[in-house]
Amino acid sequence: MSTVIAPPEPITTRPDHAPEGERTAYRLDLLDRLESEAIHILREVAGQFERPALLFSGGKDSVVMLELAVRAFYPAPPPSTLLHVDTGHNFPEVLAFRDETVQRLGARLVVASVQDYLDDGRLRERPDGTRNPLQTVPLLDAIAAGRFDAVLGGGRRDEEKARAKERIFSIRDAFGAWDPRRQRPELWDLYNGRHAPGEHVRVFPLSNWTELDVWRYIERERIALPELYYAHEREVFERDGMLVAVGPWSQPRRGEAVEVRRVRYRTVGDMSCTAAVPSDAGDAAAVIREVAGSRLTERGATRADDRLSEAAMEDRKKEGYF
Amino acid sequence: MDHDLLRLATAGSVDDGKSTLVGRLLHDTKSVLADQLAAVERASRDRGLDSADLALLTDGLRAEREQGITIDVAYRYFSTTRRSFVLADTPGHVEYTRNMVTGASTADLALILVDARHGIVEQTRRHLAVTGLLGVRHVALAVNKMDLVGWDELTFAGIRDEFQRLATGFGVQEVTAIPLSALTGDNVVDRSAHTPWYAGPTLLEHLETVPVGTDVTTEPVRLPVQVVIRPRTATHPDYRGYAGRLASGVLRVGDPVVVLPSGHRTSVVGIEVPVPGGLPADVEAAFAPQSVTVRLADDLDIARGDLIAGASRLPHVRTDLEATVAVLSPEPLRSGQRVVVRVGTAAVRGVVTDIVDELDLAGLEHRPAGTTLPLNAIGRIRVRLAASVPVDDYRAARHTGGFLLIDEADGATLAAGMVSLDSTTEGDSGWLAS
Ligand SMILES: Nc1nc2c(ncn2[C@@H]2O[C@H](COP(=O)(O)OP(=O)(O)OP(=O)(O)O)[C@@H](O)[C@H]2O)c(=O)[nH]1
Repeated sequence: MSTVIAPPEPITTRPDHAPEGERTAYRLDLLDRLESEAIHILREVAGQFERPALLFSGGKDSVVMLELAVRAFYPAPPPSTLLHVDTGHNFPEVLAFRDETVQRLGARLVVASVQDYLDDGRLRERPDGTRNPLQTVPLLDAIAAGRFDAVLGGGRRDEEKARAKERIFSIRDAFGAWDPRRQRPELWDLYNGRHAPGEHVRVFPLSNWTELDVWRYIERERIALPELYYAHEREVFERDGMLVAVGPWSQPRRGEAVEVRRVRYRTVGDMSCTAAVPSDAGDAAAVIREVAGSRLTERGATRADDRLSEAAMEDRKKEGYF
Repeated sequence: MDHDLLRLATAGSVDDGKSTLVGRLLHDTKSVLADQLAAVERASRDRGLDSADLALLTDGLRAEREQGITIDVAYRYFSTTRRSFVLADTPGHVEYTRNMVTGASTADLALILVDARHGIVEQTRRHLAVTGLLGVRHVALAVNKMDLVGWDELTFAGIRDEFQRLATGFGVQEVTAIPLSALTGDNVVDRSAHTPWYAGPTLLEHLETVPVGTDVTTEPVRLPVQVVIRPRTATHPDYRGYAGRLASGVLRVGDPVVVLPSGHRTSVVGIEVPVPGGLPADVEAAFAPQSVTVRLADDLDIARGDLIAGASRLPHVRTDLEATVAVLSPEPLRSGQRVVVRVGTAAVRGVVTDIVDELDLAGLEHRPAGTTLPLNAIGRIRVRLAASVPVDDYRAARHTGGFLLIDEADGATLAAGMVSLDSTTEGDSGWLAS
C-alpha cells in the first residue's frame, strides 16, 4: 500500500552518486539520443492530442517512424491511425510492403487516393504528369474527414533548406497552410501543441535525423524495408542526369535509350518523379557506405520535383504539402 | 559506438560573418554536397559575385533571400568521424533575443562571433547575458576577420580578456577563444599559418573535443510522466507503465520515489528502455535523457503532468512562482495576463501577478519595469497558479526549472521562463502545499 502525503524526508544534500567508473557508462551515443528524442516526441503527441494520425507510405523514413512508435508505446499498440496519400503512381512493391506492415501490426490504415480525385474531376492532371503536388488536397480532406488533430510525418530538417526552419510541432491553419511567421519558438523539450478547432499540428519526430542516421538505425535495428531500397536490376533511361525507371507513367522520349542497370532508390515517392541511382548496395551496411561517400543530397539526386525552382519546397509547404 | 552528438547555437551581430562561418564549417567538413554547392554557385553568379558566397548556403526561405536577411532559427547538420553536430543558426539582428534564447535552450555550447576590427560590442554583451541566463555550459568565442587586422596577436588577446571578464560576470563557466577568418578558413577546420602565436585548438577541433552533456550521477532524479501505458490485452491484462523521458539523474530499480504533486511514496519495480535490435526490455538503471517506461510497486492514480522524483532529493511544490522570463511573442507580456504554464509535462492555468523588473542587457542591471514586458525583453515576474506544480531552480535542473508561458486564449507561446527559488535547498516546506 502506498503512503499518502508522507512527511518530507530530511533534506539531504548528498548527491545520488554512482559507484566510481559508472560515470562514463551514462553516455548516450548519437543513435540512442535521436531515438530517445523521437520517442519523447511521439509520446508528447499521444499525451496532447485526441486523434493522431501517422503518415505511412512504406518509405524508409515513415517505416523508421512507425518502428519508433511501436517502441514508444510497447507493450500497447501505437495510438495513431495510419494515413497514406496514394498518388496512383506508387511502386507496387512499396504498396505491398505497406499493406503487409499494416497487417502485421494490426493497425488501421486510411488511404486517400489522388486517382479518385482525378477520376471525378476534383483534381486535374498536371501538364508535366507529376502527381506529388496533387497530394495536398486529398491529404487535407483526409485530415478533415478523420478529424485528425495531429499528423505525424517523417520529414527531416537536413532534407532541404526550407525544412531547416521547420518546427518539430508545426501548426497549420484550417486550410493546412504553413505560415513561417506563425510558428512557435520551441525551447528545451517543451512542445506546445495547442490549437484551435479545425486547425491541426504536423509533427516531425525525425527532425534532427540525417539520411545517414536513418540508415544506421535501420541497420542497427534490423528494420525491414521495401526491396527497391537495395540494389536490383531495372530497366531505366537517363533524363536530366537522373535514372528513371521505365513504367506506365514514365516512358522514354525520343533519344532516351533504355538499358538494364543495377540501381537502388534513395527515396520512394511517386514513380513519375522519383529516380534511381546506380548502386551495388545489397544491404543496409553497403547503403551506409554509399550514402557516406555520395556527393549529392538524396533530393538532389532523385527528386525532379525539387529541381523546379530554388523555392519549390517552400511554396508547396505553404500550400499544405508535407 | 563512440560517436556522439553536440548541439550548438551561434550568435553574432549583423555582418560579423556568422553565415560565412557556418557555411565554412559545413563546407570544410564536406557536409555540403555537389548539388547544394552548385545551387550556391549559381545564386552567387546571379548576384554578380565571382566566387561562391558560402553565406548563401544557410540562407533558408525565399523571403530572406529577397531581403538578404535571416529571420529565424534554422538547424544545420554536419558530422566528422568523431561527432555529429546540430547547429542552431540564430540570426543576429531584430529578433535576436527571442531566437537566441530558443537556440540556447537546447545547446551544449554557444558559439559567439566578434568582428576583430570592432571588438566587444553591445550585442556581444547581450549574447553573453542570454548564454549565462540559459545556463549554456560552454562558450566558444570566434574572433573573426583576423585577416583584416593583420593577424595581430594583441588585438586578439585584448578581445579575449575583455570577453572572459564579462563572461565571468554573467555566470558563464568555460570560455575558449579562437582567432580565425571565416572567409579564408584559417583556424576554422585547418590550422592557420598566420597565427604561430596561437597554441589552442581550431574551431572544429574544439567542437569535436568539448565534453557533451552533464554528469547525471550528481543530478536529482526527475521523470515527468508523458503518458500511462495500459495495454489491457490478454497477454498484458494488468500492465501499467509510466512513460517519460528522464529530465535528470540516474534511476535504478528498487529506488524509492515520490509522485508529485500528490506526494505518494512508492518504489520502482521495473524500468524498460528500447535496447538495440528490438523492443523495449527491462534494465537495472536508466539515465537522462533516456526515454523510459517505469513500473511502480503501488497502484497509484498517476497521470500525464505528474512528476516522479527520486525520494532523496525532492523538488519544490509551488503555487507561486518567481521567474526570469524572455518574451517571445509580438504582443507584450502584461501584468494580470491569464496564461497556461507548461513545466515538464504539466500544464496549469495561472495569472501573471507582477512584473518585477526588466534586465537592461546592455548595462547589465535590473531596472524597474512598467506593467508590461515587450518582445525580446528579459525580466523577472511572479505567477500565481491554479494548482500546485513541482519545480526546481533552473540553475540546478534545466528541464524541471524551465517553463513556457502560453496564451490561454489562442495557444501561442508567449515567453520562456526560468524558475528562481529563493533558497536552493531541495524539498522545502512548499512540499506540503496542496
Ligand atoms: N575579410 C573577411 N571578411 C569576412 C570574414 N567573414 C565574413 N566576412 C565578410 O563579412 C560580410 C558579412 O558576412 P555574413 O556572413 O553575411 O554576415 P552575418 O553576420 O552572417 O550576417 P547576417 O546573417 O545577415 O546576420 C560578408 O561580406 C563576408 O564576406 C572574414 O573572416 N574576413
